[in-house]
Amino acid sequence: MPQLDISTFSPQIIWLIITFLILYVLMAKVALPRIGNILEQRQNRIDDNLDMAQHLRNESNIDAESYDKAMTEAREQARKAIQETTEEISNETARRQGELGARLSGELRSAEDQISAAKTASLKNIHKSAASVTSEAMKALIGEKPTDNAIKQAISSALKVSNMEINK
Amino acid sequence: MADAHNPLDQFIIQTWVPIKIGGLDASFTNSSAFMLLTVICATALMVLAVRPRAGVPGRWQLLAELSYQFIARMVSDNIGKEGRTYFPLIFSIFMFVLFGNLIGMIPYSFTFTSHIAVTLTMAVVIFLMVTVIAFMKHGLKFFSFFLPEGVPIILSPLMIVIEVISYFTRPFSLSVRLFANMMAGHTLLKVIGGFVVPLGIFGIVPIAGLVAVMGLEFLIAFLQAYIFTILTCIYINDAIHLH
Repeated sequence: MPQLDISTFSPQIIWLIITFLILYVLMAKVALPRIGNILEQRQNRIDDNLDMAQHLRNESNIDAESYDKAMTEAREQARKAIQETTEEISNETARRQGELGARLSGELRSAEDQISAAKTASLKNIHKSAASVTSEAMKALIGEKPTDNAIKQAISSALKVSNMEINK
Repeated sequence: MADAHNPLDQFIIQTWVPIKIGGLDASFTNSSAFMLLTVICATALMVLAVRPRAGVPGRWQLLAELSYQFIARMVSDNIGKEGRTYFPLIFSIFMFVLFGNLIGMIPYSFTFTSHIAVTLTMAVVIFLMVTVIAFMKHGLKFFSFFLPEGVPIILSPLMIVIEVISYFTRPFSLSVRLFANMMAGHTLLKVIGGFVVPLGIFGIVPIAGLVAVMGLEFLIAFLQAYIFTILTCIYINDAIHLH
């Protein structure tokens, strides 16, 4: 077995010590600090980014809160404005309706007055013209004029009958 | 010639450059060459691959970072905060054994971890270092390590003997485990490989077996490096915290 050849031990051990020491120095002084550094930097960067993200999230939360607040305020204001306007409009409408009603009833009354005045005037005229027509007709038919009173009575009774028929 | 197919031939140390230092043979051999290659490969991975210092690592840098974190976790899990001091040493041990094992998997290469001289030297150095650390930390209280707490007085002579023996066999179990695993694996590959040509067309069967054993050997190459390293961690932890 070549492993048990004692004469090969000293070169193996000597070169083991030499090469291992070289490796140890390279690892301990160059490689490991460098990689440790890289890992640390990366960890720091990740931590920094996480911190930043947390910070931004907090900020955005604050922003969202103030936005919500503003929205609620605006909504409240809008609601109030709508209510006020509605009230104003309904008041105005009521006032105008009142005015219109008053004016219309005034106009109605004066119109009614006019109508009744016109009615009495025309009734009077009807009496007069009926009387003259009647007397003229009588004169033409029987050659004699009836008395004014008789004509008046006849007309008013005839008118009463027609009025009753109209009013029916 | 039967000798040409000897499966143990692959472990022969060949002197490439004879060097003598004061009567001591320090020749540059195939073993030395592969040790150097191991150092170069490990350094290339850990230094050159990390050169870009990318925030988002590429494949090689990721491999280097994973190795770093793998051993860093092993150290912190097994030793704790005090382990930071030994991290470079443990990392170097892991890299040295791992690359030695893996480079040895390349056909016609040489596996220096399959030599007891190498593994035993490493294990003895680790053993001595651990003992020195224990004495520096605890002084004479270190000897309480050999008598676990809560053992009945009557049993204590027996326990002390067992503990002392188990302590002093550590370097041997540590070194033989690695050396025997590597040697057995490579011998097995060579033996199976020796069947391929004589079997002619049926040589496909040992080749299939060879592929399977090769996969197993890669696992063992990693596993033995891991075991060697984690046992070193456990020994250092024992030295720092006693039981």
